[in-house]
Amino acid sequence: MAHSGISVLLEGTNFTRLLGGLFVTIKIAAVALITGLILGVILGVLRTFKNRLLRLILRLYLEFFRIVPTVVLLFLFYYILPRQLNFNLPADQLATLVFALWVAAEMSDIVRGALISVPKHQRESGLAIGLNRYQLYRYVLIPQAMTLEIPATINLATRVIKTTSLLMLISVMDVINVGQQIIEANNHTHPTGVFWVYGLIFLFYFLIDYPLSWWAKRLEKRRLERANG
Amino acid sequence: MSSWEIIQQSLPMFEKGFVLTLWLSLIGIIGSIIVGLICSLLQYFKVPVFHQIATIYVEISRNTPLLIQLFFLYYAFPVLGIKFSAQVCGIIGLIFLGGSYMAEGFTGGFNGVAKGQVESGKAIGLSRWQLARYVVFPQGFSLSVPAMAANVIFLIKETSIFTVIAIPELTNTALDLIGMYYRSNEYLFVLVVAYAIILIPLSIILTLIEKRVRYGSFGN
Repeated sequence: MAHSGISVLLEGTNFTRLLGGLFVTIKIAAVALITGLILGVILGVLRTFKNRLLRLILRLYLEFFRIVPTVVLLFLFYYILPRQLNFNLPADQLATLVFALWVAAEMSDIVRGALISVPKHQRESGLAIGLNRYQLYRYVLIPQAMTLEIPATINLATRVIKTTSLLMLISVMDVINVGQQIIEANNHTHPTGVFWVYGLIFLFYFLIDYPLSWWAKRLEKRRLERANG
Repeated sequence: MSSWEIIQQSLPMFEKGFVLTLWLSLIGIIGSIIVGLICSLLQYFKVPVFHQIATIYVEISRNTPLLIQLFFLYYAFPVLGIKFSAQVCGIIGLIFLGGSYMAEGFTGGFNGVAKGQVESGKAIGLSRWQLARYVVFPQGFSLSVPAMAANVIFLIKETSIFTVIAIPELTNTALDLIGMYYRSNEYLFVLVVAYAIILIPLSIILTLIEKRVRYGSFGN
């Protein structure tokens, strides 16, 4: 007898397995975000310096990561690192590396945009009271830029979380890959299981991303209200 | 075979993928703009019931990955007796995703119109429709152009995800060729170049358009 589809989620260890997959997904997103954000802030600060060569290189880095779709980035690293550079990483670490570099590129642009939109008199006043460059960034520019860049950074985080859905393409055991295994294993007994498993994964992603994007929207709205008086 | 010969032999297949990527993107983008415009208007005029539906759609669509949306359309819907071909699924998925991004872009533009403009409009006695028609929309649309431009690029890049339901667009073509001939360097090179050919000129054109329409924003 065919069971009703939703029971596929409750059978055996299926639900805990899905949660395990979700944990892998979240871990990769979190590690990539943290390392990417730190690297991105450094690159963003460097991009406001006057050195032209440095700025050009960092700009090219950004544009490369912007133009190449993330799917393609994953495959570039997946094929080229081991074959050309003899650099073997497990798929989950490889994905973390790709996402971190991608986050760093996007973050560098957010940070740069925020730094140059700090009013000019702030920088000049800082210099006038004799701050050196490190002090100027540490005490004047970065704290003010931070408040400007928080909504964009949260939005970047939601994008990274959504993009982790691509992990299954390079056979990381993420929540979608686990879901597919459950669907295949239960296809005979639960023909409608596919609907419930993908439905649950859909819900997982929504439950993680919705609060974040709601928060970003609220911060942005407040900032606009303050700016508009 | 030399790398160059490998690349040359693969070009006809990449050309097909290139054309398909462009077509799917074009239909997806036009569809997204239409859906986005409708949703943002429903939200702007606060049309009862429909504006709540639009808001729920926007939040669901923008907070879930395209890949899962496609899997749902392609694998889960047939269980309910609703079946589409892979390409139709791809287009529906892209419009479902893009519609919310475009809606957010338009809404952002409408909200970005300086408060003084709206208040002045009300002060000279414009009706709600006149205010929208002569004050908010002209400025709001030009303010939303940068977001639109970013969405266009984003949606073209998202078509690479179509590979998971085996639509033979650019990425799928490259992955197929790699699977058959194991020449990953050559095919990945062509793939990156193909995306660059689409996206670099497009982003330059979009930047020019952004500059061109900036005159539309007063009072900011």
